[in-house]
Amino acid sequence: MTAVTPAPPGTAVDPAPAGVLPPGRSPGRSRLRTAAGFAFGAALLFAVAPLVLSDFRLALLAKYLCVAMVAVGIGIAWGRGGMLTLGQGVFFGLGGYAMAMHLKLADAGPGGMPDFMQLYGQLDELPLWWRPFASPWFALPATVLLPMAVAFGLGSLVFRRRVRGAYFAILSQALAAAMVILLIGQQGTTGGTNGLTDIKGFFGYDLDDPVNQRMVYFIIAGTLLALLALTRQLIHSRYGELLVAVRDGEERVRFLGYDPATVKLVAYVVAAGMAGLAGALFVPAVGIISPALIGIVPSIEFVIGVAVGGRATLLGPVLGAVAVAWARTALSERFPGTWTYLQGLLFVVVVAFLPGGLASLWALARRRDDGAEPAPRGWSVLGRRRAGRTEVPAA
Amino acid sequence: MSDERLDGLSVRDVRVSFDGFTAVDGVSLEVPAGDIRFLIGPNGAGKTTLVDAITGLVRATGSVRFGDEELLGRAVHRISRLGIGRTFQTSSVFEELSVLQNLDIAAGARRGWATLARRRRGIPDEVAAALETIGLAGRAEHLAGTLAHGQKQWLEIGMLLVQDARLLLLDEPVAGMSHEERDATGALLETVSRDRTVVVIEHDMDFLRRFARSVTVLHAGRVLSEGTVAQVQADPRVQEVYLGHPVDAGSAPTGREA
Amino acid sequence: MTVLFGQLFTGISIGAVLLLIALGLALTFGQMNVINMAHGEFIMAGAYTTYVLQQSITGAGLSLVVALPVAFVVAGAMGVLLEILLIRRLYARPLDTLLVTWGVSLMLQQLARDIFGSPNVQTRAPEILTGNVALPGGLTIANNRLFILALALAAVAALTLALRLTPLGRRIRAVVQNRDLAAVSGIATSRVDRTTFFVGSGLAGLAGVALTLLGPIGPTMGTNLIIDAFLVVVVGGIGQLKGSVIVAFALGVLQATGEYLTTLSVAKVIVFVAIVAFLQWRPQGLFTLRTRSLA
Repeated sequence: MTAVTPAPPGTAVDPAPAGVLPPGRSPGRSRLRTAAGFAFGAALLFAVAPLVLSDFRLALLAKYLCVAMVAVGIGIAWGRGGMLTLGQGVFFGLGGYAMAMHLKLADAGPGGMPDFMQLYGQLDELPLWWRPFASPWFALPATVLLPMAVAFGLGSLVFRRRVRGAYFAILSQALAAAMVILLIGQQGTTGGTNGLTDIKGFFGYDLDDPVNQRMVYFIIAGTLLALLALTRQLIHSRYGELLVAVRDGEERVRFLGYDPATVKLVAYVVAAGMAGLAGALFVPAVGIISPALIGIVPSIEFVIGVAVGGRATLLGPVLGAVAVAWARTALSERFPGTWTYLQGLLFVVVVAFLPGGLASLWALARRRDDGAEPAPRGWSVLGRRRAGRTEVPAA
Repeated sequence: MSDERLDGLSVRDVRVSFDGFTAVDGVSLEVPAGDIRFLIGPNGAGKTTLVDAITGLVRATGSVRFGDEELLGRAVHRISRLGIGRTFQTSSVFEELSVLQNLDIAAGARRGWATLARRRRGIPDEVAAALETIGLAGRAEHLAGTLAHGQKQWLEIGMLLVQDARLLLLDEPVAGMSHEERDATGALLETVSRDRTVVVIEHDMDFLRRFARSVTVLHAGRVLSEGTVAQVQADPRVQEVYLGHPVDAGSAPTGREA
Repeated sequence: MTVLFGQLFTGISIGAVLLLIALGLALTFGQMNVINMAHGEFIMAGAYTTYVLQQSITGAGLSLVVALPVAFVVAGAMGVLLEILLIRRLYARPLDTLLVTWGVSLMLQQLARDIFGSPNVQTRAPEILTGNVALPGGLTIANNRLFILALALAAVAALTLALRLTPLGRRIRAVVQNRDLAAVSGIATSRVDRTTFFVGSGLAGLAGVALTLLGPIGPTMGTNLIIDAFLVVVVGGIGQLKGSVIVAFALGVLQATGEYLTTLSVAKVIVFVAIVAFLQWRPQGLFTLRTRSLA
């Protein structure tokens, strides 16, 4: 830029004040708040929960936190990237099966075959594609890399051809359907409908021992916190801003010289990796992975938690996923039918009438607090757009 | 940016057709470096389609060169990286991002992944300069969705500036603007054209008379007339297209003196 | 040869059912940009209608004949109700309609469980549809599959004629091609939308009746079908019915031959891969209305 206009266009019509950041949003304070938030979350997960919850409840919480990891990924892909992925169960399943295959082989011992293969009795030796999973050096990375590779393959094909929106959602759902039917059909090598069950050990630790179950819980809680930190960095990075731009104006981004397909692909692959990790940790926590846990219905249930909590926020998906999973356990044990109605109603009410999720209520309440201080002009007057709709803060 | 090469746009025999309908029918035009060229013509003349063809949004035959580079046949984002930027009739800023974020994204198409993965610290120089140029420095932190219509258009132009576009294709930039905003936009175009080439699609004749350096009139997918504002105004064919019959210069839409 | 022929015809009849389902989806998605996941439960409603009618009308043939129009109206009415109560509010948010209608579909499934019980129920097929038609060369075609094919083709023909010839059809086509222009031309777009929803959902009801001839009826019978039917719409393209027709039959045949050559589960994967490959070639589907727009 060599020159500045003699009369900048803004001066005639724009008496904007210099200070436009709302109170409490300066970068320093926000960083402090984040650190405090993480400390609080860590204390809750590592100190309070193990103290107040029974072993049984803690194991349930471990399961919910795995679901929450999937939700964090969906928050990135859908909330930030606009890709409604209805097939996260596929990636959850790939991670889960990779882990379960390794644990089954470890249970069986060197040269042994998993119990179910002997049961069906059609195989004389371990199938070729099972063999690498005997090594933890292959199986552990595979729990994350395998889902990422599948997401990369599908994503690079469809995003580059600009298949998006509803088309992408349907395709991702069809992938989940195909995967489940494939798993069930290959019963002899995948355990069919039953899946891989009765997993006893986790790298030498007996999973029936409550102490070891606790250890698994701590691993899961720590992983979730790490994923949250990663996600926070991601959504506040330049890439995170770019991802939102692609969500809201894919073509416009293209005209700025970016390839939106690559931008979306990264978010999709990251979300898949998170789902894979969640699936891998789900296996020692619950002791089973089966088609019923990864098909069309569970895949879409992952999404509902995200919608309830607030798809475009950092914590919303986590809290929403845990809350929905908890409500499901609490209600479906006693009133199985009622829970299904309630779950359906939750979809309808939240998505139709509260698209920002519960997080938008929280944001609204917080702004009401801010309103007590003199808000800068142009902020309170115009309101703030979030999650697709304009909210005008209360006067 | 003064060390940047100043290039012109050369369009030769460009044709675009949709399912048998020919929207652009063999258009050739030369826009010299540093020009402010206005493209005018009745609705359906093929103005926007021509810009779509230049920017790679629709497939076209013929040749479009900017400087030494052939544009036709390249992907949209590749064309953009050659220094061609455009705006749309409807403003298309990212409403859920701040003004600053909008500009920062526009400035960053050449950033590597290492930069993308990090948080933005401070305001990049070219973004700060653009904020001044478009007069939105005081609004940097506002969400773009809360800007007034005119300000959104300036933000779009600002995005082209930081994008390092050397050819700006603006589709009806002053539509819906007030008089003051039009004046400011015109001044902005003059500043910008010091080291860039500008092509403007516009219906506003008053705006055209004040700020156009040259004019091309399109009609039914072909170039009808070309020249200075005065030359085009005097062309009887232009008057016929606009009014249905040749009239004396006094009453043609481009003919009235401002 | 006879086996392959049998598989082929099975594929064609699967395609016919898919077609009945996909026609409704293509209409609503094409016209209103709505992804209705509860469409699968309209199929279920049609099937249970047949079942209920058979409780009172004992003649299997007569009850089937009565079931066709009744199921059409029942499913259609459910569709209109859904449109009025929810979908109307969500026209600008296609992805959200998907999630909202999924919620509705969960509730409808549970409702079916509460009314009819979780176990599948069975209807009796009329005797005339239980036999086979013998073709020269020792080939046979099952009557029920032939009936389903005829039903689907009749539905396509009726729909095509209605869209081409009736004033309502013209209005529907106008709204599909340019909603705003249609509205300012004096077309009551909301009434057209409701009619489309009625017809589209009614066709799902017909598919439900057809499915009672092929197997048992259960609360979740719609879930898997709906995804296949949506794939038909995605691959066929929106705005024109011929895409859905071609793709429905192609998908049915591909699935059936894939099953014949490999297994059911591998065939599903083959179909999915084929669809992704097809979208590389035609990302907008087989046929599409081409317009100049940013999207």
